[in-house]
Amino acid sequence: MALLDVQDLVIDIPVGGGVLHAVNEVSFAVERGETLAIVGESGSGKSLTSLAVMDLLPRVARRRAARLSFDGTDLLTIPERQMRKLRGSRMAMIFQEPMTSLNPAYTIGNQLSEALRCHEDVSAEAARARAIELLERVGIAGAGRRLLQYPHQLSGGLRQRVMIAMALMCKPDLIIADEPTTALDVTIQAQILRLLAELKKELNMAMILITHDLGVVARVADKVAVMYAGALVERGSARAVFKAPSHPYTRGLLNCIPVPGRTAPGAPLGAIRGQVPNLIGRLQGCAFRNRCDFAAPECAGDIHVEAVSPGHDVRCVRLEAQNRAVA
Amino acid sequence: MSDIVLELKDVTRRFDVSQGVFRPKATLTAVANVSLQVKRGEVFTLVGESGSGKSTLAKMLLGLLSPSSGEILIDGVPIAASNRIAVARRIQPIFQDPYSSLNPRKSIAQLVGLPLLVHNVGDAASRRAKVVEMLDLVGLPRRMLDVYPGQLSGGQRQRVAIARALVMRPEVVICDEPTSALDVSVQAQILNLLLELKRELGLTYFFISHNLAVVEHLADRVAVMYLGRIVEERTRAGLFARPGHPYTRALLESVLTPDPDLGVPETHIGSAMANPMAEHAGCPFQPRCPSAIDICRTTAPAVSSLPDGWATCHLLQQEAVASL
Repeated sequence: MALLDVQDLVIDIPVGGGVLHAVNEVSFAVERGETLAIVGESGSGKSLTSLAVMDLLPRVARRRAARLSFDGTDLLTIPERQMRKLRGSRMAMIFQEPMTSLNPAYTIGNQLSEALRCHEDVSAEAARARAIELLERVGIAGAGRRLLQYPHQLSGGLRQRVMIAMALMCKPDLIIADEPTTALDVTIQAQILRLLAELKKELNMAMILITHDLGVVARVADKVAVMYAGALVERGSARAVFKAPSHPYTRGLLNCIPVPGRTAPGAPLGAIRGQVPNLIGRLQGCAFRNRCDFAAPECAGDIHVEAVSPGHDVRCVRLEAQNRAVA
Repeated sequence: MSDIVLELKDVTRRFDVSQGVFRPKATLTAVANVSLQVKRGEVFTLVGESGSGKSTLAKMLLGLLSPSSGEILIDGVPIAASNRIAVARRIQPIFQDPYSSLNPRKSIAQLVGLPLLVHNVGDAASRRAKVVEMLDLVGLPRRMLDVYPGQLSGGQRQRVAIARALVMRPEVVICDEPTSALDVSVQAQILNLLLELKRELGLTYFFISHNLAVVEHLADRVAVMYLGRIVEERTRAGLFARPGHPYTRALLESVLTPDPDLGVPETHIGSAMANPMAEHAGCPFQPRCPSAIDICRTTAPAVSSLPDGWATCHLLQQEAVASL
């Protein structure tokens, strides 16, 4: 059984003019030792999906699902007290902005130890030892000295490493990393991604990586889920999705990015015309149809999921038309 | 008109940084002895990590900061000698974050028309006509004239910022990471628009970016900055085919192309943050350099010329000596 199993997750947010359907019937599963990347642009619902798993959604948001289970525990029904025990210890999160998610008024050591001492009955010395061990593990030299420093005394790359160390304090089974490298320089990004991959393997963790950077996804993920306007439009192994992208949106995204050696310098990049639809009110049909070159009347109806190959699904009814056009 | 539209001669900018209440101020050299020449009609890109001094340099080009020493010339005339308004006619910026660079209380027509008002161009009707023309040029519908930035998406806002930058028909546009705050699909639209406008209006771009895939796509020439110094300046083709400086090499190795068969590359450079306060006897990149040799620790490297530019690295000098 998968470590995390999400079936038909729905997130609705009541707003002034009605209900915002932020996430619509999203299903995915993550196994131990596996990295799932959730890809999408801003507003696609990828961050809300991860917050829903952690039960950290904003208070106004409403979460529904056919199933939301973590290692056999039903997360939909467990009381908040038990959820708090899971959160931070068995499922941990690395947030995007290390500057805003570390408390500026406490030392690094203080914040790292707190993560462990909240969940386990350990002495201050033991927590400190574990903090030093992890800081060294994430490549911070002079860890003992760093424990006494405050977040503002560290560079962006170091702060992000501290965030990773903090998420690992309790040896979680599942780690959710929301754009963990977006704010970092490219050379540091490569180092942090390597580090995450190593740690994942070493601790046999499951990882959900949330990002909009297709380069990162291709290099790091085992499985990919592409989200558009709250819906999961394509899902499969990273190889399958990058070698044979099958949803017009996935194809469009891949054509948008300049790739050294592949796109001719100065030539126009592929662009997806139009804009993301408004998600307020009742939604029907494929949300991408107003921007899609293959759109047909049937796209306004119910969209079922089609299998491109085993394990590679796409939410598109115009697969044949697309394949004809590509061939 | 000369071929060189923008020139920096040995430009240095220092800042005094407080170290605490009772300690003396320290000096941070954000930009050190930078000399550059930007030719008319080219896309000159500046690459470097955060804290390398890219944005300080951009501010000096816009006349928002003055250099501590050295000179910046536009068409051969020093910026320091001309007034701000005259400089602003010729150089305009497009900033990174269109969410903070547009005044939320001004309508699009007001935002795009403001430079015309400041420079006292025409009457109200002709200014309005000019604004409409700009909106057409950047691909915004006319109904957006009286809309406020809050009602626009990120891509539309960046189009407004571009229209505002171009309304005075400047010669040089300083683009400071103009697409890094945007979504992937929008980034492509904006890059296409920038290249189109450059061809149409004969603009010169001074483009600042840390995204090397973007740089590879649109640059004519590339300068790589590290700790306030230019360490390599090359043509695009030359730099991407055969990087001369170890730092450039590390940057290129870190580019993640969407290829699922490859893993995350090993960059071989230390994670030590570059410290702009430290005084370096030798090469500033030496503490992180995987191929540093003894001389790198003691002596600052001189410029080695390459067929299409130059780089500052002792290894290149040794290669040159060896090949003699």
